[in-house]
Amino acid sequence: MENPSILVRNISRSYGTVKALDDISFEVPKGELFGFIGPDGAGKTTLFRILATLVLPDKGVASVEGLDVVKDFKKIRKILGYMPGRFSLYMDLSVEENLSFYATIFGTTIEQNYDLIKDIYCQIEPFKTRRAGNLSGGMKQKLALCCALIHKPAVIFLDEPTTGVDAVSRVEFWEMLRRLKESNITIMVSTPYMDEASLCDRVALIQDGRIMKISKPEEIIADYRFQLWAVRSGKSFELLKDLHKYPGVRSVQAFGQSAHIAFEKSILSMEDLHKYLIQTGHENIEIEEIQPNIEDCFMELMIQ
Amino acid sequence: MDSMVENIITVKNLVKKFGHFVANDHLNFEVRKGEIFGFLGANGAGKTTAIRILCGLSYPTSGEVKVGGLDIYSQRNDIKRNIGYMSQKFSLYDDLTVYENIRFYAGIYGLSRKEISTKSAMLMKKLGLEDAKDKLIKDVPLGWKQKLAFSVAIIHDPKIVFLDEPTGGVDPITRRQFWNLIFEAAKDGITVFVTTHYMDEAEYCDRVTIMVDGKIAALDTPSALKKTYSASNMNDVFLKLARVKTVA
Repeated sequence: MENPSILVRNISRSYGTVKALDDISFEVPKGELFGFIGPDGAGKTTLFRILATLVLPDKGVASVEGLDVVKDFKKIRKILGYMPGRFSLYMDLSVEENLSFYATIFGTTIEQNYDLIKDIYCQIEPFKTRRAGNLSGGMKQKLALCCALIHKPAVIFLDEPTTGVDAVSRVEFWEMLRRLKESNITIMVSTPYMDEASLCDRVALIQDGRIMKISKPEEIIADYRFQLWAVRSGKSFELLKDLHKYPGVRSVQAFGQSAHIAFEKSILSMEDLHKYLIQTGHENIEIEEIQPNIEDCFMELMIQ
Repeated sequence: MDSMVENIITVKNLVKKFGHFVANDHLNFEVRKGEIFGFLGANGAGKTTAIRILCGLSYPTSGEVKVGGLDIYSQRNDIKRNIGYMSQKFSLYDDLTVYENIRFYAGIYGLSRKEISTKSAMLMKKLGLEDAKDKLIKDVPLGWKQKLAFSVAIIHDPKIVFLDEPTGGVDPITRRQFWNLIFEAAKDGITVFVTTHYMDEAEYCDRVTIMVDGKIAALDTPSALKKTYSASNMNDVFLKLARVKTVA
């Protein structure tokens, strides 16, 4: 990749005996919406902190817009927007005060870059005199995003912006990120929600400090090499147990009212499975062939 | 409806105000004994307020609430003995070991010394934590912590356990293992009252209620809700109900 916006090469970082990041490498081109998908403790936050010049790596090199995270940290901080997972707002300042505080720190004003945040800010502007601490979860995240954008950064890092946020606000937040992408800002975002992966241009699936896979979401799905059926019956909990016992089944995972079973291609017959489930006392059995989703793929990579 | 159904929680006209703000606006619902009851809603819809009242941590402004047959105004301490509670934010003490945490919670819930030693041995075996017995909680992976937190929340065999976003942030396999623990507890007769932002988990519940703006907008089985709102999954149901109001 020529002149990537974010470059990470062989980065490792430990805390005591815990390896938070273990030899991570990847590149993100300018203007990409790049997702880090993985559970808590996978190493996502450590990586963000290294790229945001807040933590030094033990090994490896990393750069943002061609600037080295160790040598050029002061320059990076000027062109970077960072929305950390835990803290980014002053709860006892109002919506507007938070925003102008961040603008002032970066030597700019709300008016100067209003265009960039307009779409998002207009939704919370009616409450601009309200203290940030009294906003709902979804609105806090919108304000925090505005604060991370107010100095018109070249790159933004969003560490779990949708954790603990309800399904409606999550959809809205991602709509905002898609629109933001049009201003050619590089966006790196992390999330524990697998369904959000499909909204990124490319994703890295990360677990225990290692990247299991980096690809376009549709390619991750295309690379899934097992056959997958969704099975339903009236008794979901028993169904999971009984499917586990069925010979040839590689994995059984609950997905809402269905169970997904994975197996080597063409080794099972629907008719036989149907018979087996009737014998084990199930009723209203439905079996259908399905395409995997990102969560199926993630779990498959985890058990490999 | 089954005439044998026994209600373990009854809520009639529950209102909770903070100043002029109405967090719970005339809630009416029942939770049946032994069911897994999903309590959903957007951020700020009033879920936490209602849970705090049901757990005896806060008084309603008005309304009639009974938990396990006990009155929320006059029998709060008895209620606390009969319920378990676990939240994502806080559950275990980081600087105590696995065993110390179990002993601590069992002690708080009034288990005898003998009960504590048999229960904790059983629990550690069940969770495969025997080798981690003397590890500090802060050194235990999140997935284990959450399973342990759930187990200590029901160590005193409560009638009801309240789970407030128990699976936030854990990996997809651990999330499913956690639900197996929930199913097992329900099978043993414990009523489960659970909140979540994962809509696939809403489908694991026997019945689901969706709160919007301090009111109950829907309450039914997941399949009935999907039918009513012509939705293919609970996520669509949720979006249809909760999207109407967003910025407020």
